[in-house]
Amino acid sequence: MARMKFLCDADRCIECNACVTACKNEHEVPWGINRRRVVTINDGKPGERSVSMACMHCTDAPCQAVCPVNCFYTTADGVVLHSKDLCIGCGYCFYACPFGAPQYPKVGNFGSRGKMDKCTFCAGGPEADNSPAEYAKYGANRLAEGKLPLCAEMCSTKSLLAGDGEIIAQIYKERVVKRGYGSGAWGWKTAYREIVAS
Amino acid sequence: MTTLVARFLMIVGAFALLALVIGAQPVSAQQPTMVNPQASSVKEDQLFQQLDRISGRCTLPDQKACTIEQPAGRDWRNFHGVTLRWIGGIAILGILAVLVIFYLWRGMVRIENGRSGRTIVRFNAFERFVHWMTSTCFIILAVSGLNITFGRPVLLPLMSPEAFTAWSEWAKYAHNYLSFPFTLGVILIFFMWIAGNIPNRVDVEWFKRGGGIVGHDRPPAYRFNGGQKMIYWIVVLGGTAVAVSGYVLMFPFYGTGIQNMQVAEITHGIVAMLFVAAMIGHIYIGTIGMEGAFEAMGTGTVDLNWAKEHHSLWLEDERARREPTDLQRRASTTPAE
Repeated sequence: MARMKFLCDADRCIECNACVTACKNEHEVPWGINRRRVVTINDGKPGERSVSMACMHCTDAPCQAVCPVNCFYTTADGVVLHSKDLCIGCGYCFYACPFGAPQYPKVGNFGSRGKMDKCTFCAGGPEADNSPAEYAKYGANRLAEGKLPLCAEMCSTKSLLAGDGEIIAQIYKERVVKRGYGSGAWGWKTAYREIVAS
Repeated sequence: MTTLVARFLMIVGAFALLALVIGAQPVSAQQPTMVNPQASSVKEDQLFQQLDRISGRCTLPDQKACTIEQPAGRDWRNFHGVTLRWIGGIAILGILAVLVIFYLWRGMVRIENGRSGRTIVRFNAFERFVHWMTSTCFIILAVSGLNITFGRPVLLPLMSPEAFTAWSEWAKYAHNYLSFPFTLGVILIFFMWIAGNIPNRVDVEWFKRGGGIVGHDRPPAYRFNGGQKMIYWIVVLGGTAVAVSGYVLMFPFYGTGIQNMQVAEITHGIVAMLFVAAMIGHIYIGTIGMEGAFEAMGTGTVDLNWAKEHHSLWLEDERARREPTDLQRRASTTPAE
């Protein structure tokens, strides 16, 4: 089985935000929620870099560990998913997540955050694959259709890679060797406790 | 002739200039052939060395999204899943174990001289209302709060995930909304009983003599003895700490960042666990631990012999305060006879 991961090659990201838009459109993500976002570090200074970030589908995911109602589960592909039927909107996953992935539809006063929403690696949720119920809660299930996440699929510079961790790490390593530089796979150390050539 | 010389000089000058330009050509051609775009670029490891999180600029209205990495979440996760469970487990099971052993060894602290049958008012209706309002809220807050820490390993295996979610969601709302009467109760308790709860020398003596609980000694005490003063300050200080940290959590990200939220949760968790443990001790002494103690908060009156044994100085004060009025009443009623 593949171990699904994201890898953002910051040396290629041009901050076009197409991944953000594609994600919102593909899953009909409501207003105020962004499953993926692009953050620019050292903006306007020499050496600025942009990183597209969403749920990294961590190994031994912190959200899963702290959830008081155990609503998370990891699929055979290593994708971290959750059940909105079980989520109580306590906000703990947001405190634990190293990548700020969990989002809530409401502001959150008096614990009224609503059900948590996050990137599903385009893999839906616990409902039947590509059922209307699954689409309404989690968006499209592209993995069930044999497709990879749309954000990475349509990245114009192929900065954002999604797929089997070993394959995308290999692609990145080859790039680094060929062009002679690479700022590293952002977040991999935190999410998977591994470093890819930097 | 002069024009010829001038023309010659001009030609020589032009050649000299040309030679200079040709001579200079190799120098300007020596530009760097390799550009390292990495020379000044930001690197993850460097950023982590400067700060424990990486933030940048993003175009989203939600500025929390501009932090892309905060590995501190791992530490918080470890606290929530491991440290807090140990603190809570040791504190709560520990105090229960101590109380069971203590009860088996000491049994109920009896009123030594038996009941006199005469009673004296200890807590008026308002004081009892405040006590029971606060304590009812506290018990619900404690159970719903413990559910967040211990529900998943203890309760979830016993019920369906859907049922556990339904219960946890109700518990969460109860926890959030009952915090308001609880906080009000803590404030009222603070003002209502502050006068009798300033620690003094009598308390030192009281603790030295075992407080009438450990041994069979009956050290004197005013309205509140050393142990009760401890409970008072645990409620006031602990209650303030859980209330403040709780409201920070209830109104997330109002002038606070994710780090503050983590600190608030850690404070809330630790203080609440110790608070619960202390209150278990308080409930023990107020019920099966001591004969005649529950009535103080139940009916509001206590037996005179109980008051004599546990709050001798208070009883004297009360009598001194009441006797003149008794005399007055007698004086005013006598002539009518």
